[in-house]
Amino acid sequence: MSEPGTPLQPRRTGLSRSRKRQISRGVQYAVFAAVVIALAVTADWGRLKNQFFQWDLVKQMFPDVITLALKNTVLYTTFGFVVGLVLGIVLALMRLSSVGPYRWVAGVYIEIFRGLPALLIFIFVGVAVPLAFPGTEIPGGTYGKVAIALGTVGAAYMAETFRAGIQAVPKGQMEAARSLGFSHARAMVSIVVPQAFRIIVPPLTNELVTLFKDSSLVLFLGVTLEERELSKYGRDLASETANSTPILVAGLCYLLVTIPLGFLARRLEDKRKGADK
Amino acid sequence: MSTPEIRVRDLHKSFGDNQVLKGIDLEIGQGEVVCVIGPSGSGKSTLLRCVNLLEEPTGGQVFVGGTEVTDPDVDIDAVRRRIGMVFQQFNLFPHLSVTGNLTLPQRRVLRRDKAEAARVAAENLARVGLADKADAFPASLSGGQQQRVAIARALAMGPDVMLFDEPTSALDPELVGDVLAVMRMLADEGMTMMVVTHEMTFAREVADRVVFMDGGVIVEDGTPAQVIGNPSHERTRHFLSRLLDPAMADVEEETPGAEDARE
Repeated sequence: MSEPGTPLQPRRTGLSRSRKRQISRGVQYAVFAAVVIALAVTADWGRLKNQFFQWDLVKQMFPDVITLALKNTVLYTTFGFVVGLVLGIVLALMRLSSVGPYRWVAGVYIEIFRGLPALLIFIFVGVAVPLAFPGTEIPGGTYGKVAIALGTVGAAYMAETFRAGIQAVPKGQMEAARSLGFSHARAMVSIVVPQAFRIIVPPLTNELVTLFKDSSLVLFLGVTLEERELSKYGRDLASETANSTPILVAGLCYLLVTIPLGFLARRLEDKRKGADK
Repeated sequence: MSTPEIRVRDLHKSFGDNQVLKGIDLEIGQGEVVCVIGPSGSGKSTLLRCVNLLEEPTGGQVFVGGTEVTDPDVDIDAVRRRIGMVFQQFNLFPHLSVTGNLTLPQRRVLRRDKAEAARVAAENLARVGLADKADAFPASLSGGQQQRVAIARALAMGPDVMLFDEPTSALDPELVGDVLAVMRMLADEGMTMMVVTHEMTFAREVADRVVFMDGGVIVEDGTPAQVIGNPSHERTRHFLSRLLDPAMADVEEETPGAEDARE
């Protein structure tokens, strides 16, 4: 069949495999270089520097951007995360319950709050609730409102993370525990949940990053000077000085936290995958 | 013989339309070792799992040590404390050390204090020859070692009966011997054992009785010499010939519904 000269032998095209790869690489580098050069030539560097890198403005922002703005961002995120965590666990357990109405309520909650923009929840908590129920005071002032707004949104996502984590623990673990005489609840607490927890730490870290960014929506609650977080602080200063530098600094402050957290989440995930082997 | 340790009466089990057990009657006396053999999908694992109610039977009764396991009002957790179970996939708790695997159930279920649980754990690890692995984690152990830990974990609860669900099927061939040695030791000590297995040598040498199941019914039940040595049913002969000399088996038509009921 495959003797030389038979019609089945593949026809030789003009280019070898390595030559083709070389050409493809060359084209990609050329396009990249062309775009970089075009940007460098067309950009108005003087104006960009003026708008984004006003060094004395940067200096003026310290230490407030850290001691006030970043601190508040971290506080809002922490409160929201704690509320979301507690509510999320409750929702996940309801979702896995054998009682129909629990499952149903949790399912509806999760669908609704995952389907709504976080901004809408903030407006709801900040504007609609005080209007609808005049005189009601959410405990903790702005901190309480943010905790509720971030928590209700975060809980919907975290509930799904918890549920997936619990269901990712092999069925044999529950069977082994039950056959040793554990009750269902005790097996859940002693055997399944500790293993689920390891599974969900990476996605939970990602959820923390999301909440950290979403805390910027406090902007829409109307806060006092002392309650400003990174976005509000950066925006106020930017309009005050008619310069974009504060926005850039605020952005860098976010990255200061989100990039290490994202890195940590990936490390934990790799570690877990390694441990499974 | 006194009252049987395990008594199964007219047991039925269906998964949806799939009838896996079609009326099983079986008695296992105290200290008896019974091996259950049969082709995959014959319902032997399901039968074993019905004994400690990991599977809920569709009909019939199961008694263990005089208590009706299938009674809806029975405290199933209390019954299960007297029944040790060993799984094909070991099912050790991966987040706990070997000692943790043995002590946590004792402390949570039997409410033993820390020192007592640790003593019983060490004792049982020594019994299965793994005293030196007390602080290891399951992931660092070989399959054979994991299975011996799983046996020790069940023994630490002080069971009257031990159930084995294909305990050596997931093991590399060279590790099977260690696990079988532990099981043989238990049998010699007089433990009541029900073993679902494909290890014919073990069945022949250790079992008091061999039960051959096929298609959800017990086809043959007798001494190893009868069932394995001189089977009276064609189905048993056919199964044994394929198992003992798989290289000589003929190509067969697939029978629908013969695939394993679980998984």
